[in-house]
Amino acid sequence: MTRVLHVRDLRVSFPAPDGHRFHPVDGVSFSLDRGETLALVGESGCGKSLTSLALLRLVPPPGRVDAGSTIRLGDTDVLSLEGEALRRIRGRRIGMIFQDPMTSLNPVFTVGDQIAEGVRAHLPVTKAQARERALALLQEVGIPDPAGRLDAYPHQLSGGMRQRVMIAIALAAEPEILVADEPTTALDVTVQAQILEVLDQLRRARGMAVLLITHDLGIVAGRADRVAVMYAGQIVEEAPTLELFAHPSHPYTQGLFASVPRISGPVERLTPIGGTVPSPTAFPSGCRFRPRCPQAFDKSELPPDLLAVGPDHRMRCWLAEGRGGRD
Amino acid sequence: MTSVSPPLLEVRDLVKHYAAGGLFAGGPPVRAVEGVSFTVGRGETVALVGESGCGKSSVGRTILRLQEPTSGRAVFDGTDVFALDRAALRRLRRRMQIIFQDPYSSLNPRMTVGAAVAEGIEIHGLAKGAEVARRVAALLAEVGLDPGYARRYPHEFSGGQRQRVGIARALAVEPSFIVCDEPVSALDVSVQAQVLNLLADLQRERGLSYLFIAHDLAVVRQIARRVEVMYLGRIVESGPTEALLASPRHPYTVALLSAVPEPDPTRRRSRIVLRGDLPSPSDPPSGCPFHTRCFHPGRNERCRTELPLLRPVGATLAACHYAESTPAAAPATAASA
Amino acid sequence: MSTLREALGAVWRTPRGRAGMGFLAFLALLALLGPLALPEPFRQFDLEELANAAPSVDHPFGTDQLSRDVLSRVVSGARISLAVAALAVGLSVTLGAAVGLVAGYWGGVLDAVLMRLVDGALAVPRLFLLLLVLSVPDRVPLAALILLIGTTGWFATSRLVRAEVLRLREETFVRAAEALGASRRRVIFRHLLVNAAGPLLVAATLGVGDVILLEAGLSFLGLGVQPPTPSWGGMILDGRPVLEAAPWVSVFPGAAIILTVLATNLVGDALRDAFDPRGA
Repeated sequence: MTRVLHVRDLRVSFPAPDGHRFHPVDGVSFSLDRGETLALVGESGCGKSLTSLALLRLVPPPGRVDAGSTIRLGDTDVLSLEGEALRRIRGRRIGMIFQDPMTSLNPVFTVGDQIAEGVRAHLPVTKAQARERALALLQEVGIPDPAGRLDAYPHQLSGGMRQRVMIAIALAAEPEILVADEPTTALDVTVQAQILEVLDQLRRARGMAVLLITHDLGIVAGRADRVAVMYAGQIVEEAPTLELFAHPSHPYTQGLFASVPRISGPVERLTPIGGTVPSPTAFPSGCRFRPRCPQAFDKSELPPDLLAVGPDHRMRCWLAEGRGGRD
Repeated sequence: MTSVSPPLLEVRDLVKHYAAGGLFAGGPPVRAVEGVSFTVGRGETVALVGESGCGKSSVGRTILRLQEPTSGRAVFDGTDVFALDRAALRRLRRRMQIIFQDPYSSLNPRMTVGAAVAEGIEIHGLAKGAEVARRVAALLAEVGLDPGYARRYPHEFSGGQRQRVGIARALAVEPSFIVCDEPVSALDVSVQAQVLNLLADLQRERGLSYLFIAHDLAVVRQIARRVEVMYLGRIVESGPTEALLASPRHPYTVALLSAVPEPDPTRRRSRIVLRGDLPSPSDPPSGCPFHTRCFHPGRNERCRTELPLLRPVGATLAACHYAESTPAAAPATAASA
Repeated sequence: MSTLREALGAVWRTPRGRAGMGFLAFLALLALLGPLALPEPFRQFDLEELANAAPSVDHPFGTDQLSRDVLSRVVSGARISLAVAALAVGLSVTLGAAVGLVAGYWGGVLDAVLMRLVDGALAVPRLFLLLLVLSVPDRVPLAALILLIGTTGWFATSRLVRAEVLRLREETFVRAAEALGASRRRVIFRHLLVNAAGPLLVAATLGVGDVILLEAGLSFLGLGVQPPTPSWGGMILDGRPVLEAAPWVSVFPGAAIILTVLATNLVGDALRDAFDPRGA
């Protein structure tokens, strides 16, 4: 499989009031192959959104990507690009869709204009050609009556349709990678199903790689090939989807599974994870999950490395040392 | 309903229309709620489920008379809620409370958490002086917060903690019934579980009844004994939770159920992806509101012209002419490797 | 209200805010201490000095045509100018808040009528109106001046408050208060006004600068604060005849106006920043 994205030791830092810098993203590494979907799973504050922004060098100031991080798009070193070269990868090689389609679309421009803009920014086409392309894209994302919708304004469309428009804009320049940051969180569940279906179809048709950022384990189960679970700025478990769901190993992952209400199976009292997510300005020392971990032990005082627990399955926990292979 | 005692809340033919405003002023009204009827028993949790635009939040607010109904009746413990004068309504507010969805806008940013919780106590004169502070501390502890937090402001708390404050605030007046308007939708997964457990515990300890408004069927299953499924302002299916989820009879319920992403990659259910978009509530379809997107093979002219009424089908009530033959989603199968 | 304390604290933390607040505090102190702070009573004619003496150690701001110490006069003028500004703005803010609140909360016909009145009033140029009214009588008592300035300055504030109330009225926490059984009065005072206070405070602070300029202008034209009550505008007027020979008579009061208005604007800006990107 061709690797299209390689991220190593990504660190994003922000200045704290006392002058030091803190790291909401602290040493994240992963890679993406052509045509595969990697899900980045975690709750608010774990750093997953910042990670995706960093890929496009969109980290809002005063935050910045720290030296020592590596982001490689094929052969291109994203972090060394400047100006025009950087602009050329945004949209052209990596496309991004955001969570809230209402605020991500410009309310004073028509939908067709916004898609065409995405096309013209990267492809040498005339206005007329761009418009045709926009029409084709609207069709591709499954908008009914695309010709009629080309000149509609965002507020005239429903949430599901707006999200499809966002997808069309993101795909306008034919990127190799699509980063989808909680693309369906703001949508109703039936609309969510539609959008995820569209994304899947497009991915297969174009051979795109998708980085899917979400907190919803159900979406992950249905749509991702591989999963990386994030907590407190770090990846704490990564595995192919089937493997992760069959053998969730990190106590945080296990906690997440135990706290999700199920649509089938027995109804039992949920077991939430005690405590609260730590603030990036004050991550615990040693293993960051230790204060909330029911299985913490003395070695947890040392920050754990990513250790193997199964086939292609690693977790950031000293408990892995008890089991080199499957439990 | 198997209990013999009369229901705590009975809602009959509730209708709520909003006049079209803003750019659309003078246009057709938004028919948010179009004749909804249900009951909530003592100590029971009934869930009102549906997607955006179905009118569930409007139902919740109208029952409490935070908005005036267009027509219909709501009888709470023998009292006609819509017929009360201001003073009597104020007294009733002690017994019927509400918890809101958005933890960020449901607390006054310029009021300490303690003052927010104490407000109900002050309004109804339930305690004076030092007793108020004592009660506030006890309530905060009951919802799992450190009583010392009373002096702090909402912005110092996380979403989950704010939601707990909202619950404490509602409990302060000692209600017997609480409308929970999507109380966990805006929370993270693990926090959601904490709050759900809290609500369940409080129900047990205080004998509360809940009208639980939500869009997430999995959450509803966790906490509600009966479910009312809403679509475009009407109840399309109603019944005990397990029965409704095990064999849904209305096509919308089937679609809703199949769309819920399940955290189990080995269960590959066939997903029913609905065509089209939700019709506008100011211009609902004729006949059955769902017919424009319905996938039932038996769908025909009758669906377009005649509004189906809720009738018993199997273990639930469903508003569909052909509910007996509604195709279920393909049964869940374990994928082979 | 502790939010006020927090806001002032936030202002103090910015360099601009600190400069502005510092200056205003200093000025207020001078104005309060008043006669005790003056090197000499402003009415005192220093018979030993020449009139129009340049600034010196004895008279840091120089003397005017009547051999009065300019510094003393500037400090006395501060009392008057600040008092007029504070009282007039207080009046404007109260009126504006009341009208804005009524219009925003009750809405409907009342809102429409009030806002049309405000629209009409805003169409009338304030300065000309004041000039007209003030030029009719021979003497205008200070109280009347304050009243006039106050009652002509509330229109924009009312629109501001109305907009805030309209926005806040739909907030969930207001629904929550209603659900608890809160009376109208409670909702208005504890929930609406309290949250509208931020923008209101900003408008008030900036308004102080406006009124100081307005009053100075009126006094300069002889229509504002009447002599012998000292005011900065009046002092600039007094210094006109000797502008070439003794510019300090006009310059120092002028500088005082500039610095004070600058200070109020700095504080107002910092307050606005403090209220905007807040928690929630």
